[in-house]
Amino acid sequence: MKKVRPDHLQELITSFANKDVYIHLETTNGSYATHLNEGFFNAGAFIRNIVVKYELGKVAGDSPHRIGLKLPSGWIYAQGITHYKLDEHGRLLMAGLDSDGKLAVALEISETPFTY
Amino acid sequence: MIKKERHVLVVFPHPDDEAFGVSGTIASYREMGVPVTYACLTLGEMGRNLGNPPFANRETLPQIRKEELQKACEAMGLEDLRMMGFRDKTIEFEDDEKMVQLITDLIDETNPSLVITFYPGLAVHPDHDATARAVVRAVRRIPETERPALYTLAFANNTVEVLGQPDIIHDVSAMADKKLATLKAHASQTVWMMRETEKKLAAQDPETLKWLNNERFYSYQWSNDFE
Repeated sequence: MKKVRPDHLQELITSFANKDVYIHLETTNGSYATHLNEGFFNAGAFIRNIVVKYELGKVAGDSPHRIGLKLPSGWIYAQGITHYKLDEHGRLLMAGLDSDGKLAVALEISETPFTY
Repeated sequence: MIKKERHVLVVFPHPDDEAFGVSGTIASYREMGVPVTYACLTLGEMGRNLGNPPFANRETLPQIRKEELQKACEAMGLEDLRMMGFRDKTIEFEDDEKMVQLITDLIDETNPSLVITFYPGLAVHPDHDATARAVVRAVRRIPETERPALYTLAFANNTVEVLGQPDIIHDVSAMADKKLATLKAHASQTVWMMRETEKKLAAQDPETLKWLNNERFYSYQWSNDFE
């Protein structure tokens, strides 16, 4: 994955608009966050292989970027995106990596299902 | 002194769970000619570590960790690796009885004299605890006189408060090279840690040497069952 070039990422996000696409969306602090720092409130969520059709997608802000996808009756939002890649399967992988390179957030868009 | 076993079954949810505290033990059994089966439930698909600098992404991580796991098993001399196909972070949400049955099937097939897993409720990661619950439940169903021994790993911050000190201590100093090779095989997950560890080993840091040379387990006490 490379550091986000906002103009290029914007083009890629737009290329998936108005199609049925599979989404992977995730935020995480890692399962050890509370073990390593007692009192840390560990929250996170993920969804995988949810099919949506968005009408408008935007890259916003300076790095780390925010991504918003406007759905006919709702939204998908991710904050903290630093890296991206269009992989060999034509899937748009976006991630927010912290200063140690650890994944904190991921948003992925694909026309075919992600593996299990 | 490591007791000779007929067959050892190791059950953990993530590639690398075996590396930190059991790889010296596994390598010792293999050198003694004891067959070891390692059932690894997931491929650690949801790991946050993607290498530093990152060489993996969320979608390539499973394949990379699968290859790392295979290399780690080679380093330990372990030939019977079972990758069970579950997804990282989801073990506790699977059907409990299905998980017990999965372990029961592994036990029936391999007929182990020793099973190694985590200690339920004291293993920090929800997948660790869920795996441990399934293993303890499966072993509990075996009539007492036929039950394999059950060694467990616990590392929650309150472990000593709850369980006291581990009663099984394996001197694995002769396996130090294999243990380090096992850890290094899991490069995507351990590259940060190994840099520190190697510095500490070079400086003969007593805590790090103790960790490298000894592996400590709680033999599961059926009189003090977790449920």
